Amino acid sequence: MAAARLLQAVVPRFCCLGSLGKAAPSTSQLSSRLYGTLLAPEANQQVDPTVINDKLITEPLRHPDFFNVKELFSLKELFDARVHLGHKKGCRHRFMEPYIFGCRLDQDIIDLDQTMKHLQLALNFTAHVAYRKGIILFICRNRQFGHLVEVTARDCGEYAHTRYWQGGLLTNAHVQYGTGIRLPDLLIFISTLNNVFEPHVAVRDAAKMNIPTVGVVDTNCNPSIITYPIPGNDDSPLAVELYCKLFKMTITRAKNKRKQMEVLYGLQKKADSS
Amino acid sequence: MANRGQWELQLAEPADTADVTKYKEQIDWTLRLIYTTTAVQKRNVAASGPEKYTEAFIKNQIEEFNLGKRHLANMMGEDPETFTQEDIDKAIAYLFPSGLFEKRARPIMKHPTEIFPKQRAIQWGEDHRPFHFLFYTGKQSLYSLMHEMYGKLLDIQKYQDHLRAQGLLAENRKQINLIGSRWLIKEELEEMLVEKLSDHDYLMCIQLLERLVTLPCCGIEEEYVLKFRKELAIQLKKVMIEPLQYDEQGVAFSTGEGKRKTSRATAVVYDNGSGKITVNRVDYLCYFPVMQDREQLMFPFQFLDRLGIHDMVCTVSGGGRSSQAGAIRLASARALCSFITENEVEFMRQAGLLTADPRIRERKKPGQEGARRKFTWKKR
Repeated sequence: MAAARLLQAVVPRFCCLGSLGKAAPSTSQLSSRLYGTLLAPEANQQVDPTVINDKLITEPLRHPDFFNVKELFSLKELFDARVHLGHKKGCRHRFMEPYIFGCRLDQDIIDLDQTMKHLQLALNFTAHVAYRKGIILFICRNRQFGHLVEVTARDCGEYAHTRYWQGGLLTNAHVQYGTGIRLPDLLIFISTLNNVFEPHVAVRDAAKMNIPTVGVVDTNCNPSIITYPIPGNDDSPLAVELYCKLFKMTITRAKNKRKQMEVLYGLQKKADSS
Repeated sequence: MANRGQWELQLAEPADTADVTKYKEQIDWTLRLIYTTTAVQKRNVAASGPEKYTEAFIKNQIEEFNLGKRHLANMMGEDPETFTQEDIDKAIAYLFPSGLFEKRARPIMKHPTEIFPKQRAIQWGEDHRPFHFLFYTGKQSLYSLMHEMYGKLLDIQKYQDHLRAQGLLAENRKQINLIGSRWLIKEELEEMLVEKLSDHDYLMCIQLLERLVTLPCCGIEEEYVLKFRKELAIQLKKVMIEPLQYDEQGVAFSTGEGKRKTSRATAVVYDNGSGKITVNRVDYLCYFPVMQDREQLMFPFQFLDRLGIHDMVCTVSGGGRSSQAGAIRLASARALCSFITENEVEFMRQAGLLTADPRIRERKKPGQEGARRKFTWKKR
């Protein structure tokens, strides 16, 4: 529910989903993804001001780029990190054709202007999710970068999964993990393909479970079900390091901003009440 | 859960060490049995439901155990402060003698952490965010272990590159000594991680460790790697260091014991002899009229070319003539080990003179006439 509202605010084209009603303000943001719990009111709801404080949550939604993610990267940086290099023409996926700038000596070149736009949207979205204390799960099945992605996730304080994906992790969660589990609120794919160059199962499962996804799609990937695709290279070490750095910076920035805002509104409340 | 045990002690005077049996009559207690389910046996640990043994329960058990230990020490007349687990085991074996063959089925009294299996606490906090960053993989301990190992591998490689840049790589090679130890087996690793592993996962771990060990500068992480090695029990090549003894006249002698089937023999071999052998205070010629048995007796001496040098006095009981001869042979071979060099001991061992023959009489089975012989098969 909260994710749908976010989508409406940030990306106008999703307003066609206006049939989604307003989220009831009293339900906490956690109840939507809990499995196996009763709908009893939760203990942390009574006095916790951050949940009830509407302004804290709605304030960032008023600005198109509240966390100023635009300044984190530039076209030149993307170019130097070889983000524009795609695979050969034979590997091209049909749905990636809009994002491809051209083809040079049989190698596809990705349009960096579009990448910039998509990257800004994606980073903005991750920042909002992190601001609202969502659970972010990094996924990368590329063995070369698995360790790097895990380290990035650990440094942000978020979660990673760079190993073999067991079938029911998202769809069969209460059997896999136990009751009362909270599923991730966002999946970030550093590479959307798995080891046999097929689309990662998590892409489809996240779509089934209504979990938004952000993913770096190369020229041989299918971007259709991914909520925020980022057309770009997912094979060069430099490119992947750049992505990890960007995600880490956005998430830490969003979390710090959250702390700041809490302090700010806490002081304001004290000032109002006194 | 079967028979929950209760410590109900009705001890009046704790310090009376005189009569333990008196206490046994006073006390009526049932011992706790061992529970079979372990966290490791279940396939999916997390989904096995809420904790069966809460922390409060385990704490309770530990208190009861400590109290029981003190009572037991008082009963056995020992000092409660210095009562070790070995003493507890001996005391329980004494108080509750059990004829059961399966050692694990006998009464035990151990610290609750050894009895109750290790459990996983709830993995997430109040806001339902999991504690561990690899929680969503399902096998967080295993993958975090592999993550750590790979991190160490990268560190070693970085260190190596650093040395290579300075040109010091050739001198600073530090390898880990892996002789005399083995990698942990899958069960031990499962125990360490409190998580079920598949064969593939275990293999991946071991391969990563092997790869780590092949690096030239892996000595930096030696401590970490040795956590996954287990010392092999050093096989005692010399079973016993046999010292020579000297009697009143200064003659060197040595004793040995041997057995074969149901015979038990002890032999005392003296130096400066003339090849005389006495069995049960009777000359060997009279005790063993059959040539074959006497050949058995002299085999060790003949093997070492010491036929006429040593005297032997032996006692033997049980079994028949052939098994008694075999028992004495083993006893005399063991006794002779004190007189000879290590190489000759090795020769004897290879000849089979120092190995006790493990064959015993096979029991008769029901439905058959003997151990192997079946009843006559009748067509109709």
